[in-house]
Amino acid sequence: MLGKLNWSSIPFDNPIELGAVAFMGLVVLAVLAVVTKAKAWGYLWTEWLTSVDHKKIGVMYIVVAFVMLLRGFADAIMMRSQLALAGPGHKGYLPPEHYDQIFSAHGTIMIFFVAMTFVIGLMNIATPLQIGARDVAFPFLNSVSFWLTAVSVGLINLSLALGAFARNGWLEYPPLSGIQFSPDVGVDYWIWSLQISGIGTLLTGVNFFVTILKMRAPGMTFFRMPVFVWTILCTSVLIMAAFPVLTVTLTMLSLDRYLGFHFFTNELGGNQMMYVNLIWVWGHPEVYILILPAFGVFSEVTSTYSQKRLFGYTSMVWATIAITVLSFIVWLHHFFTMGSGANVNAFFGIATMIIAVPTGVKIFNWLFTIYGGRVTFQTPMLWTVGFMVTFSIGGMTGVMLAVPGIDFVLHNSLFLIAHFHNVIIGGAVFGYLAGVTYWFPKVFGFKLDEKWGKRAFWFWLTGFYFAFMPLYVLGFLGATRRMQHYDNPAYTPWMHIALFGAVLIMCGIICQLVQIVVSIRHRAELADVTGDPWHGRTLEWAVSSPPPFYNFATIPEVDSAEPLWTAKNRGEIIFHTRDNYQPIHMPKNTAAGLFIGIFAGVMGFALIWSIFWLAAIGLLGIMFTLIIKTCNDDIDYYVQPDEVARIQNAHYARIDALASEKHYAD
Amino acid sequence: MLTESASAHHAHDHHHEEAGATKVFGFWLYLMTDCVLFATLFAGFAVLHDQFAGGVTGRDIFDLKDVGIETAFLLFSSVTYGFAMLSAHRGSKPAVLAWLAITFLFGAGFIGMEIREFSSLIAEGHGPDKSAFLSAFFTLVGTHGGHVTFGLIWMATLMFQMTVLGKPLNAVYISRLACLSLFWHFLDIVWICVFTVVYLMGVL
Repeated sequence: MLGKLNWSSIPFDNPIELGAVAFMGLVVLAVLAVVTKAKAWGYLWTEWLTSVDHKKIGVMYIVVAFVMLLRGFADAIMMRSQLALAGPGHKGYLPPEHYDQIFSAHGTIMIFFVAMTFVIGLMNIATPLQIGARDVAFPFLNSVSFWLTAVSVGLINLSLALGAFARNGWLEYPPLSGIQFSPDVGVDYWIWSLQISGIGTLLTGVNFFVTILKMRAPGMTFFRMPVFVWTILCTSVLIMAAFPVLTVTLTMLSLDRYLGFHFFTNELGGNQMMYVNLIWVWGHPEVYILILPAFGVFSEVTSTYSQKRLFGYTSMVWATIAITVLSFIVWLHHFFTMGSGANVNAFFGIATMIIAVPTGVKIFNWLFTIYGGRVTFQTPMLWTVGFMVTFSIGGMTGVMLAVPGIDFVLHNSLFLIAHFHNVIIGGAVFGYLAGVTYWFPKVFGFKLDEKWGKRAFWFWLTGFYFAFMPLYVLGFLGATRRMQHYDNPAYTPWMHIALFGAVLIMCGIICQLVQIVVSIRHRAELADVTGDPWHGRTLEWAVSSPPPFYNFATIPEVDSAEPLWTAKNRGEIIFHTRDNYQPIHMPKNTAAGLFIGIFAGVMGFALIWSIFWLAAIGLLGIMFTLIIKTCNDDIDYYVQPDEVARIQNAHYARIDALASEKHYAD
Repeated sequence: MLTESASAHHAHDHHHEEAGATKVFGFWLYLMTDCVLFATLFAGFAVLHDQFAGGVTGRDIFDLKDVGIETAFLLFSSVTYGFAMLSAHRGSKPAVLAWLAITFLFGAGFIGMEIREFSSLIAEGHGPDKSAFLSAFFTLVGTHGGHVTFGLIWMATLMFQMTVLGKPLNAVYISRLACLSLFWHFLDIVWICVFTVVYLMGVL
């Protein structure tokens, strides 16, 4: 009746896991209590849970990303402290069986539920505003994507309380992840949380590709799109081309595990090398899915805070497109040691090195944008400069690893761990944090506190170097990855330094939490009344902060790559009071996305525990929700001109009041 | 007042036509991702197609006559769906429903024959757990069959909405019919590749 699920599934014998479960349970209960006490359920339901507004969906994505960053970081600090304590003669405090789950969960969570979630959150918030659109092409689908991601997050966290998580690393290579060697539900948790969130990501890719192609404001030609939009366009292409491969690979692994198929088994003709190829055919483009939007953020930030047009816009765009194409012909560099032969390795090695060229073009473009600009070092700009230095180092170690001969020495060593954290933290994460700080006032109407933001930056930056530079050294000393302890006393000092770095990063994260609290408390002083707090250049800064739910009262006409900047320089006011607004066509909120998510979660949970009747209920639930949704024609409405005028005039009145206040003060 | 509301109504209709075009474009893109999905399955089949593990080969288990009939069913269903779309653009709802019903029957016939093929293979001891070749065969052909089944459910839903719920043949429904049409023809193209790569090349 309940499949593999029984009382022994709860890890009563593991105090650390049980403590984590109790803590998370308490946090969830506390949140539920606060919402109930504030009588906010109705508000939450109508304004957030059922919302199809891209801005709110974007915020929900980023909230999930932050929460999961805490979870993923808790895993990280456990690993670092374990390795600092364990050594010759000491086994540390985490048994191998638990340690293996921790590094697998850390990788999975950080890539899928922190980095991806940040990327999709930022693209939700900024893309429609930057192209002058009122929402994405398919708002309901957007809500479905979010809820599929959200329930996957739920599933992966549930593995703490029920059963165990996978133990074989974030990509779960078979045959180790096959049913023969991993008979419990750990790998199934991994499979279904990725499978469900992967479908959501795929739909997001389609959604944003159509949005950017079909919904740009009149006059915004391709080469007038902000570079961030370009990177999202390329990211969408990568998602559409790569994620189906992940879907198939996970399906094949599930068929092996559930129904005794032989895709990747040791016997009856299965081929594990096919798994490694397939997973990296998805996995390498995935790396660029993570980094390209960060590049987009840096382009916006450098240009805005240097008060200067982006240097080499066209080369920036072509570099992005080149990276998009090249990202599909480098996957084999993740397994040079498999032994595909010298010629194959040479091809993929050279292709990998070529990617450094367009990336270098970008770095120089950002540098030349700063050169001669009126630079203000606000937090997003600090993240950008920190990125340029850190990412260049990571890029160079990447080119080292692209040489097959070097890779044979360093493969699966801590050198590799240092390299990819170097590019993912120093590249992608810094970009997301810059983006969050940059667009925060647009979304919430007040800026983030600068003082705490800068503290967070410096802790993160120095912490990063302390945490990961020792790993390069350890890699050269021969330390391989995924070890619960090492019997080599020469490693111990480096492990201590790495732990110190992780503690510094923890201080950075604490500063970010404090920053949010302080900013909310000081929101009056930090308020962004004009909607243009950074003297911006692109369309999102032309509307109020937070933007009205319809974004633009009238769709702007675009005549340059920096429409707001050009208009400001001409002394024009882009949007001003008027009385002849047109009715605005908007989609209605719907709970269908939430229900589809819940049913998908039920289905995933049931499949993990082999409760097949429940899985069937989940699947039927999804289908019937969709059918009922399509039977309903009442899905849109018009905002009437007087309503638009009321909202717009209130915004203009606030700007006027601020202007006269300033005038009075002068 | 009257002219104003009429023009608003017109704008609403116009919006739905535009939204329909966007929807069809989005669906077309989704099909391209589905194309990548099938390409991956074909790649998997190509790698494993000769891993018989001492068991049966394609020559032993494929019956080209049955597969030929299946193929004919699916190809004819594409033609009849084409007639449904022509009727939709003419605005004739009864003709659309009639053609959809015929398409559904062809599709159901295809699925019925595929289920019979699969179940007899399993009954004879040639199930997907017997060799990597059979795993890849069942997965590739089964994924196509799963898509056709989904298409049938979708078709039945559209027919239900247009008959029982009495939905009109307007821009919204024409764009839905157009999406299903793309899906259906796409599955035909995939089947031609399946027929060639799996069955023909397996027997030759």
